[in-house]
Amino acid sequence: MSGIALSAVAKSHGATPVLRGISLDIRDGEFLTLVGPSGCGKSTLLRIIAGLDAQDSGAVVIGGRVVDGLRPKDRDVAMVFQAYALYPHMSVFDNMALPLRMRRLSGAQRLPLVGALSPGRRPIEEGIRHEVEETAALLDIGHLLSRKPGQLSGGQRQRVALGRAMVRHPAVFLMDEPLSNLDAKLRVQMRAEITALHRRLGSTFVFVTHDQAEAMTMSDRVAVMMAGELIQVGAPDELYADPRDMRVAEFIGSPKINVVPAAALDQGTRAAMAAVPGASALAFRPEAADICAPAAGVLAGSITGVENLGADIFLHVAARPAHSQGALPLIVRVAPSGRRFAVGDVVGVNPDPARVLQFDAGGRRLKARERVAA
Amino acid sequence: MTAVAPGRQHRLSHASLVAGLAVAPAVVLLALLLFGPALAVAVFSLTDWQIGASSFRFLGLANYQALFADRIFWTSLVNTVIYVVIVVPGTVGLGLVVALLIEAQPSLRGFYRAAHFLPVMSTMAAMAIVWGTMLHPTIGLVNRMLAEFGIPATNWLRDPRTVLPALAVIGIWQGFGFAMVLFVAGLKSVPQSLYDAAAIDGADRALDRLRVVTLPMLGPVTMFVLILTATRAFEVFDTVRVLTQGGPNFASDVLLYRLYTESFDFLRTGYGAALTVVYLVIVVLLTLTQARVLDRRVHYT
Amino acid sequence: MRDLVRNIRVLRWRVLARHGALALTTLFALIPFVWMLSLSVKPPEEIFQPEFHLWPQKFNGLENYSVALTAAPMHLFLINGLFVCATIFLLQLLVCVPCAYALAKLRFRGRDTLFAAVLVGLLVPPQALAIPHFVLLHVFGLLDTYAALILPWIISTFGIFLMRQFFRAVPDELIDAARLDGLGEFEIIWRVMIPVAVPAIAAFGIFSVVAHWNDLFWPLIAIRSEELSTPALGILLFRDDEAGQFLGPLMAGATIIVAPLVVAFLFAQQRFIDGISFTART
Ligand SMILES: Nc1ncnc2c1ncn2[C@@H]1O[C@H](COP(=O)(O)OP(=O)(O)OP(=O)(O)O)[C@@H](O)[C@H]1O
Ligand SMILES: [Mg+2]
Repeated sequence: MSGIALSAVAKSHGATPVLRGISLDIRDGEFLTLVGPSGCGKSTLLRIIAGLDAQDSGAVVIGGRVVDGLRPKDRDVAMVFQAYALYPHMSVFDNMALPLRMRRLSGAQRLPLVGALSPGRRPIEEGIRHEVEETAALLDIGHLLSRKPGQLSGGQRQRVALGRAMVRHPAVFLMDEPLSNLDAKLRVQMRAEITALHRRLGSTFVFVTHDQAEAMTMSDRVAVMMAGELIQVGAPDELYADPRDMRVAEFIGSPKINVVPAAALDQGTRAAMAAVPGASALAFRPEAADICAPAAGVLAGSITGVENLGADIFLHVAARPAHSQGALPLIVRVAPSGRRFAVGDVVGVNPDPARVLQFDAGGRRLKARERVAA
Repeated sequence: MTAVAPGRQHRLSHASLVAGLAVAPAVVLLALLLFGPALAVAVFSLTDWQIGASSFRFLGLANYQALFADRIFWTSLVNTVIYVVIVVPGTVGLGLVVALLIEAQPSLRGFYRAAHFLPVMSTMAAMAIVWGTMLHPTIGLVNRMLAEFGIPATNWLRDPRTVLPALAVIGIWQGFGFAMVLFVAGLKSVPQSLYDAAAIDGADRALDRLRVVTLPMLGPVTMFVLILTATRAFEVFDTVRVLTQGGPNFASDVLLYRLYTESFDFLRTGYGAALTVVYLVIVVLLTLTQARVLDRRVHYT
Repeated sequence: MRDLVRNIRVLRWRVLARHGALALTTLFALIPFVWMLSLSVKPPEEIFQPEFHLWPQKFNGLENYSVALTAAPMHLFLINGLFVCATIFLLQLLVCVPCAYALAKLRFRGRDTLFAAVLVGLLVPPQALAIPHFVLLHVFGLLDTYAALILPWIISTFGIFLMRQFFRAVPDELIDAARLDGLGEFEIIWRVMIPVAVPAIAAFGIFSVVAHWNDLFWPLIAIRSEELSTPALGILLFRDDEAGQFLGPLMAGATIIVAPLVVAFLFAQQRFIDGISFTART
């Protein structure tokens, strides 16, 4: 039982609030990702869970136990850092053995110099060696144990950092952008490895990233944070299909969702997109629209770019709605079907009215229910 | 928002306990061995106290009045300034030239660097004795060599006209290797691209490169070496104590030597303390200038 | 073709000029050492004879060095130097490192004030504190003891400053990782900060040892007994002694005093030069 429950956790640095009352239940064994733009407070929240920082108010419960006031090492959490934070002067083995030594050796046995001689240390060290080697084998770094971190590649360091966290079997893994220092290819590979690891260990993972693709591909649930607040928590497909807020809709999904200001459209177009009164922005995903002849399109414009990914083709269209000052950039996905598109072609764009998301002036989603009411 | 998390107080106090423990020895020792004594000097300077005496009287500024009325004090101050004025340009100039020469080509770099740095490492008291024999009027190396060119012997350390320059040469000898090392570090940090740019702009001769790129880029380091050397020169003591004891006739008396004799030979504690305060003020002013310059240096680079 | 020849000639001239000039300055730097060594192996009559030979006609080195070693407790000077410098440095570390760590990485009330105090302390030349230090040691009856040589130096604002600057460059993440691994703050200092800061500690060590091995001012004030003298004071006492009136043994004594640091330097030149310029530039 090691879920995490945050209730109304708040924190400010001086006068500036960094977290404004975060409440969140993370289930035991869940892979939860915190996403949000830079500076929104993700790291701060993670550090509060870890016990590295103290919240100003609110409570943190880990595994049914209130951990406020407990020091990091007493919380049964491990953390993987962005820059790995490996001890540069210790071998990989010692890096991984340290958390076990700190827990299993008594204060006297850990003393500098004399500690090595103290009785009873040998069997404990044997046990530690065994466990470190086991974990290293699991991560495929067994052959690196005698090296120093300086002699490892980025991916290898990342694995060692994971190993150091894993070796003591914590109930909770906290990871603060652990993949952001890797190159693109390695990052994709490590994504898969971390999810596999999560499946095998079955512990609770809290994973911080500002890369929505990571969030979407890895997690059971995603929590979107903006400016110190949780905006929406849900499964990746839920966030994608049913965002509760314009910022979520814009943050999740690649390429980005198309946003059309209602004011730029004439009456007929608005009706064609099923706009409701009070809607200030209409948004649709690239795959929620068709390309058609210019005259038949709800929106029309010329193609400014063609992105052919093989299975999908993304057309960049500069639409010119009736009341718009300049061009409105749109992205539409088309299936490769023999029809060739060229930059400069004029096309029509027909959004599927059932899949148009509508937001009010404050960015709040206007749901179907409200539409009916209106 | 108002409810404080239950553990927070506890955590904070643990953290400040640790910090307190970590800084406690330093804080106590700073008070006991640095700030307390600094304050004590100021207090002593206002009294007629002597080390070992059981009582004292407050004299106000009398010690300072006596100090400023003392011809020997002024002599030692002037001597110190003369010494600094010779040593600083000598050390910095020689250090710069040697650094440029060493870095100009790679051959024997390591040897030259080590050789010039050797005086920096050596015990000045011992080397001063060696210099004393080199400057000896009859058997000394210097006069023997000058005799080869028919120049008559000089008693360098007993002649009031030559004693300060002679001490200054020893000061330069000890310090220029240090300046050299700092300049070499400065030269290494001049990016090659600047030389390339200068070469493309037509400044491809050695002297042009020096004038257009090297010297301007060394400006901040030069300021730094200059002031460091000046501070050290101000603290000249060992050579004076070993070789001249301020003589002949106070011609080589310097501030720190005065401070030493008044306070610990004549045991005039109050007077020595007043002298110390004056010395302290001068050195602090010099070092503050250094800090200012260093500050600016950070913005340059 | 003619250009090429001219260029080569210019180049060769430049190489020669550089070596020529550097030979002169090298001579200036080294000549006192050569002179010292030369005299230290000469018999008195050769030192005073009109013509000069670098190498003595009659080698008197054994006699000179044995006089130097027996007439004064030269070995004691060296042992004292070693003991005093090592003790000072260790105590400085013991005091400076935790303080520097707290200043660099912990948040506590009064931190900025303490750091400001350290900066102010940097301004104070140690000679200015000689009188009160002397009085303090006098009051506690510690004058003319090892304690007198060591105690005034165990707080080094420079050491605190240097280590603090270095510690600040250590990523916070590393310390957070250590806290999660279960290390207490003092264990972090011992197991993480000190190993990481070895270059800075070495630099400070070189600076500290060179300064105190060579210091004359303070031992002159604090020490009266010959047996407690440090190297710099020792050679002075030796000179003012009877045996020191003879130049051969005096130069032999100077050689013995200067040798340890110089030899250490020659063995680890890069370390020394880096260390000294590192400390100077921080
Ligand atoms: N020690 C501090 N003092 C003042 N403000 C701070 C401090 N630490 C963080 N902040 C502020 O708190 C906010 C949240 O910081 P945090 O590190 O949690 O952001 P983040 O979401 O992790 O961003 P990133 O994606 O860039 O890592 C930021 O606006 C930051 O400027
Ligand atoms: Mg962050």
